[in-house]
Amino acid sequence: MKLTVKLFAYFRDNRFVAEVKQYPEQATVADIIGDLGIDEKEVGVTMLNSRHCRLDAHPQEGDILAIFPVIGGG
Amino acid sequence: MSDKIFRVNMTELTVSVEEVPQNWAGLGGRGLTSTIVAAEVPPTCHPLGPNNKLVFAPGLLSGTVAANSGRLSAGAKSPLTGTIKEANAGGTSAQLLARCGCKALIIEGQAKADSWYSLAVTPAGVAISEEKELIGKGNYEVVQTLSKRFESKRGVITIGPAGEMKMEAANISVMDPDGNLRSNGRGGLGAVMGSKRVKFISVDPQGGKVTIADPEAFKQANRAFAKALVDNPVSQTLGTYGTNVLVNVINEAGGLPTRNFTSGQFEGHDKISGETMHDLIEERGGVVKHNCHAGCVIQCSQIYNDANKQYKTSGFEYESIWALGADCCVEDLDDIAEADRLMDDLGIDSIETSVAMGVAMEAGVLPFGDGPGVCRILREEVAKGTALGRIIGNGAGSVGRAFGVTRVPVVKNQAIPAYDPRTVKGMAITYATTPMGADHTAGYAVATNILNVGGSVDPLSKDGQVELSRNLQIATAAIDSTGMCLFIAFAALDDPNCLPRLIDLINARFGINLTGDDVTNLGKTILKTERAFNQAAGFNNADDRLPEFFYNEPLPPHNLVVDFTGEEIDSFWNF
Ligand code: SF4
Repeated sequence: MKLTVKLFAYFRDNRFVAEVKQYPEQATVADIIGDLGIDEKEVGVTMLNSRHCRLDAHPQEGDILAIFPVIGGG
Repeated sequence: MSDKIFRVNMTELTVSVEEVPQNWAGLGGRGLTSTIVAAEVPPTCHPLGPNNKLVFAPGLLSGTVAANSGRLSAGAKSPLTGTIKEANAGGTSAQLLARCGCKALIIEGQAKADSWYSLAVTPAGVAISEEKELIGKGNYEVVQTLSKRFESKRGVITIGPAGEMKMEAANISVMDPDGNLRSNGRGGLGAVMGSKRVKFISVDPQGGKVTIADPEAFKQANRAFAKALVDNPVSQTLGTYGTNVLVNVINEAGGLPTRNFTSGQFEGHDKISGETMHDLIEERGGVVKHNCHAGCVIQCSQIYNDANKQYKTSGFEYESIWALGADCCVEDLDDIAEADRLMDDLGIDSIETSVAMGVAMEAGVLPFGDGPGVCRILREEVAKGTALGRIIGNGAGSVGRAFGVTRVPVVKNQAIPAYDPRTVKGMAITYATTPMGADHTAGYAVATNILNVGGSVDPLSKDGQVELSRNLQIATAAIDSTGMCLFIAFAALDDPNCLPRLIDLINARFGINLTGDDVTNLGKTILKTERAFNQAAGFNNADDRLPEFFYNEPLPPHNLVVDFTGEEIDSFWNF
């Protein structure tokens, strides 16, 4: 399946801002994070199509997956 | 040195130093300013008249070496909201006031309108002097002139032209360690200071120090506390990207109020994001990590240079960038920085004023996206106090009333900041119920709604939000009394080591035995004290509601509205 993956903050370093990527049908969000070489422990927020999702969620063709490190502010 | 209450009467031009009443002894920061305002200010008084009082209080731990403990609370009845108000700021003055032995500085009465004054605080008390040279001057000139006028390094608390003109969005500025500005931003406290005819306050501890009851325990607690802060991953991204790291995540979640609160996503979000800002700061030789007071180990502030590598602004925060960026649709970070600097110099709240600009754009005063237009209005209208400038300088509600706009994002007449309550539903409860008028810091449900800090509560559903906001507001009222920067809360929410060490610090400083429950009770008491003041000033639960449009205009992309009933909102107060 094809997904748009968006990365934020230092996850962008040596990777990309947003790319369309091809993944196996059964891939979970955690699989994709692993495939990108990102340490799961550093992940703070994941969203599929602007809704928060769990790491075991299964994205669907055409979804937008956003991956953020642990962040805060205010 | 033992702590005292310093009192200044501007009607009589007299000063006094008083013992701390027993029931104020355990209070600092917001707990103390709100207690004093509630005890001494008639709730129905005019906020700009002689019966209002302006109270400054360092936190319980300010002036010590405790990490992040240098926040200064200012309190009064707010001219913007008509409610009780506490606004806090960094800068050096909280620490220096504490070292003067000043537990609170109370400014009461009102000087005659033909003169301006300055106050000088030292361990001996307060001296009042007439001020001529700096009247009408911007905050940057005030701090530069004063650093030459005084031989020793002093703290400076000042108002700009907006405060002198008693605009309802005027703030109070506090000099930081580099001679730049931080602000007690919200609620128009600068206008209260202006109404007293006080242009600035200098603070000189003359070598004074804060006494610590148990220095060894204090040192140990501080080491563990600072470690909890430094080790927290949120602190690390805050240092690197500043609070502006939020633009992209709030935008992605569909909660970034855009074009005067008509969309939850802004097309130009990446151009104004923390990531872009970080790269620009590095490219232009600015400073990525900077602290607003000595002892901050998180360092969310920064120094932002212009394209010619010259200093432009610092403490360039998410809320200001959101307000001018997404809410006014300005995509150029340099225009936003210019406006931010102008607002700091004028001494006017960058949230209130920018949201007011968004409402003015909807009214057709200037087009959406017109960054240079915003700067022109600040320079030529607000700074000069023209009729339009005063309408904008009195805030978003004022612009809405003047131009007949109905989409006016305010609660208790204070502008709603950077998280749309339709998609970050925990914030709907905080905005509606906090005694401060719409204030995100009062109960930052964003942490748990969006950032997965302190657990996670679905931002798009109303389940669990009242309880979340209640717990956060109680904890925040207590933290605001310690002098701690609120950003310690990210560590406190997730690291079980953090809060107990903070309580150890307070105990070691005063030689007392507070427990976690005592701290929670303090938070509850503060909220109830503040609410009782508001009720006596004429507020009731009908004021604890959001503007009508949030209930009937669905916000893209999630197309949700605020769906809390009045009873659900009111249940916030069941504690
Ligand atoms: S984290 Fe930011 S706001 Fe808090 S004390 Fe440090 S510089 Fe100031």
